[in-house]
Amino acid sequence: MSGIFSFWRSNKKTSASIAKERLQVIVAHERSAASQPEWMPKLQQEILEVIKKYVEIDSSALNIEVRNEGQDISVLEINVDCPIK
Amino acid sequence: MDNKGKIIVVTSGKGGVGKTTSSASLGAGLALAGKKTVVIDFDVGLRNLDLIMGCERKVVFDFIQAIKKECKLNQAIIHVKQISENLYMIPASQTRDKDHLSLEGVQEIMEQLVQEFDYIVCDSPAGIEKGAKMAMYFADEAVVVTNPEISSVRDSDRMLGFLDSSTRLAEVEGKRIPQHLLITRYVPERVENGDMLSLQDIDDILGIPLIGVIPESRIVLDSSNQGKPVITNQDDVAGKAYQDVIKRLLGEEIPLRFIEAEKKGFFGRLFGAR
Ligand SMILES: Nc1ncnc2c1ncn2[C@@H]1O[C@H](COP(=O)(O)OP(=O)(O)OP(=O)(O)O)[C@@H](O)[C@H]1O
Ligand SMILES: [Mg+2]
Repeated sequence: MSGIFSFWRSNKKTSASIAKERLQVIVAHERSAASQPEWMPKLQQEILEVIKKYVEIDSSALNIEVRNEGQDISVLEINVDCPIK
Repeated sequence: MDNKGKIIVVTSGKGGVGKTTSSASLGAGLALAGKKTVVIDFDVGLRNLDLIMGCERKVVFDFIQAIKKECKLNQAIIHVKQISENLYMIPASQTRDKDHLSLEGVQEIMEQLVQEFDYIVCDSPAGIEKGAKMAMYFADEAVVVTNPEISSVRDSDRMLGFLDSSTRLAEVEGKRIPQHLLITRYVPERVENGDMLSLQDIDDILGIPLIGVIPESRIVLDSSNQGKPVITNQDDVAGKAYQDVIKRLLGEEIPLRFIEAEKKGFFGRLFGAR
């Protein structure tokens, strides 16, 4: 980049770099979703329904993940952000 | 000895990124390099490859008819002599839909084609439905066509996932299908200005080997108009870039070209002259 206009560009993020950051986030998210078991969305849905019977949460408060912890062990991890008072 | 032909799928997920343009040029390029090549249009219901390869008037039978044995396979294969003695294509059906593509049916055709041809290039339809799944299923290698554009890159990443999980090579042989990234419609000037993803950016995200970068070129439309794959244009940058892709596919190591912005004078920059 040269010329007299470059000074105000230099401290501004380019739209390409914004695109790249957004892509990195969404692609990482989709890759991990794709590596989850097939029954995961259904489990997520059902757990959400059960919790909703008792406390008010929305779907973003629930995080479920199956993680491989070494050779023969995988862990089903369930995290709920819960606004109980 | 195993002299079977190689099946290459040209795929992308997102529509309109240059799969058919690339399939036609890859097919023509391989044929001109002396390889007996057939290009198959998998876009059932939306036949287009015949136009891009300049043989729409020769279509009598199609891929679905060959699968359903309503004609002999040979009758569905068109010899694209005006481009190369080695070049053939199989048109998609215009009247049926993708439900007629059965795994067994496609397999039977592929088994015959690999006996007769050095290369079988499969032009995938957009999307992730049956047509796209069938086009990739029997492939030995994949060319993933991506535009330097956010949704195209995301869709390509999803296709890479399918290539890893839903192909014969993965399912039956437990192998990873070799994948090549082909970036098309690249505009180095816009990359330099920071309003287009660079090849480095795309490479960082997708992380598969790059087989080529095809610059945006007005000649591509011109070539389609005439039914001559752009690779046959020796003077055009896109044509030359496709020729480089062929060399790389055949094992040569050559540097990328046409990826830097042309240096312009001050007035050129000001008026955006090309
Ligand atoms: N390098 C290029 N420069 C300029 N235009 C291009 C280039 N590559 C492709 N195009 C244009 O982009 C359009 C879409 O190309 P093409 O039909 O090959 O895409 P496709 O991926 O096969 O689309 P579909 O998903 O509908 O099958 C066409 O008009 C074509 O001329
Ligand atoms: Mg197409």
